[in-house]
Amino acid sequence: MKILVPVKRVVDYNVKVRVKSDGTGVDIANVKMSMNPFDEIAVEEAVRLKEAGVATEVVAVSCGVGACQETLRTAMAIGADRGILVETDAELQPLAVAKLLKALCDKEQPQVVICGKQAIDDDANQTGQMLSALMGWPQATFASKVAVSAGKATVTREIDGGLETLEIALPAVVTTDLRLNEPRYATLPNIMKAKKKPLETIKPADLGVDVTPRLTTLKVVEPPKRSAGVMVADVAQLVLKLKNEAKVL
Amino acid sequence: MTVLVIAEHDNASLKGATLNTVTAASRLGGDIAVLVVGSAAGGAVEAAAKLAGVSKVLVADSAAFGDQSAENVAAQILAVVGASGASISHVLAPATTYGKNVLPRVAALLDVAQISEIVGIESADTFVRPIYAGNALATVKSADPVKVITVRTTAFEAAGDGGAATVEQITPVADCGLSKLLGRELTKSARPELGAAKIIVSGGRGMGSGENYQAILAPLADKLGAALGASRAAVDAGYVPNDYQVGQTGKIVAPQLYLAVGISGAIQHLAGMKDSKVIVAINKDPDAPIFQVADYGLVADLFEAVPQLTAAV
Ligand SMILES: Cc1cc2nc3c(=O)[nH]c(=O)nc-3n(C[C@H](O)[C@H](O)[C@H](O)COP(=O)(O)OP(=O)(O)OC[C@H]3O[C@@H](n4cnc5c(N)ncnc54)[C@H](O)[C@@H]3O)c2cc1C
Repeated sequence: MKILVPVKRVVDYNVKVRVKSDGTGVDIANVKMSMNPFDEIAVEEAVRLKEAGVATEVVAVSCGVGACQETLRTAMAIGADRGILVETDAELQPLAVAKLLKALCDKEQPQVVICGKQAIDDDANQTGQMLSALMGWPQATFASKVAVSAGKATVTREIDGGLETLEIALPAVVTTDLRLNEPRYATLPNIMKAKKKPLETIKPADLGVDVTPRLTTLKVVEPPKRSAGVMVADVAQLVLKLKNEAKVL
Repeated sequence: MTVLVIAEHDNASLKGATLNTVTAASRLGGDIAVLVVGSAAGGAVEAAAKLAGVSKVLVADSAAFGDQSAENVAAQILAVVGASGASISHVLAPATTYGKNVLPRVAALLDVAQISEIVGIESADTFVRPIYAGNALATVKSADPVKVITVRTTAFEAAGDGGAATVEQITPVADCGLSKLLGRELTKSARPELGAAKIIVSGGRGMGSGENYQAILAPLADKLGAALGASRAAVDAGYVPNDYQVGQTGKIVAPQLYLAVGISGAIQHLAGMKDSKVIVAINKDPDAPIFQVADYGLVADLFEAVPQLTAAV
């Protein structure tokens, strides 16, 4: 059984981004880039399924600029067997990525696609669901537990009121939530090994996919800042302030 | 033109998030129709028909919708949009785990973009949405014929009652049969829901344990009639269930008063609560970033300060 894991290169989660003064976007020149944390969880889950003998091959896919090769190498250092880069400098929106992934699924025929539930840059939370719909496959989003057996997966999902467990037929798309697993650190030998694993580069046109964006970003601004507050000396003062000044008690 | 609002409900009643979504719909112009996809959802239908501004409630009732699977609900929405003969200009759902699960499927099958978690409406095709954990706000314009949108509920008021919509039964789509619900473990609590609470008391890793969390924070929440929340670290450590998590990847809240106790204030946490009206932080570390967004900060050991606060309010 083959598992496909899409991975996105994003601004590292520890970086507080700055909005460009001309309002065209956020400044990502010279900031640290990493694999989207949810995708790291996805790679880890796929690799664990392989280590458990459930999966036979883990293929990592990234769509974007040439530097996404690094993200694919990271995925291979965690344990993915090979990488595919769909290379383009064009802005990619979730629908376009879902179409690229569909074309790859048609070619690679994976039984499971494990995606991160959202990317921490655009915070869209769409690609996995879109891919699943385009493939006509079932989906199990926001997974905190995944068990795969012959032809089906049992997935526990984090929902607003608590948890729910679904049984879905394979092939299917699963998207990861934070508590699915804790990704391992890639060891130096594994990072070295990853450099020798196969990495194929193709173009969106090779897959026959039109990636033209559907949404135009007119401007990007900073959110309104909260005005600086005050420090209180003790609980008594806090209660007074909340009652008399803020009037929330 | 019609704006179609997807009702989130448990058949018996509407979820509060639906009411905020109706308000967002009312800013777009055009008639508002609410679609209830459910199984014996009479209670939810009745509530939807009473909402101010709603002119029609469409009801797709089928035992197959009992699970509310994304595959079936999306198929039903698609059928409604298709049958409308291009008169539906927008499809809106709340940006809850329910809406986020379903709407991207609808958008993909309509071959249009989905616009996530809007917080502002500039015009019928231009919307404001947070990116990078709310550290930037993007204004985006859609060129698609149908706009498929999830709505951040804290950015729009809840719609009131006072409407008298017509109710129309529509033919339910066939069960896709792609997934089966094995069970749900819903957190039961007598406290208000996080999304609807006026006051939220939230605990972080500083609580030290689930027992401490219950012993220290729950009495304060009870006294204030508050909901309980948590940071990711507190959830990951097993102090409280996952649905307590506030943040970029948890719940987005904006209560009148948010009390952050033993929470450092990581950007991912701030993303979920910085639109609260008043923020109070109690933390023993004077340099904790949470103090940069707090209206009132108290540097103290929470194990002393919180019981004092509980006694004083
Ligand atoms: C992809 C991704 C998504 C994330 N999503 C979220 C999210 O949705 N929500 C979220 O919350 N986090 C999220 N995080 C995690 C986030 O980065 C932080 O790790 C987390 O918020 C930290 O939780 P905390 O403040 O409880 O813990 P810590 O950062 O460990 O802070 C604990 C605080 O408690 C204080 N403290 C300790 N003991 C006491 C005491 N006795 N009295 C008073 N104060 C005390 C300490 O001074 C410290 O400031 C996400 C991270 C990633 C990578």
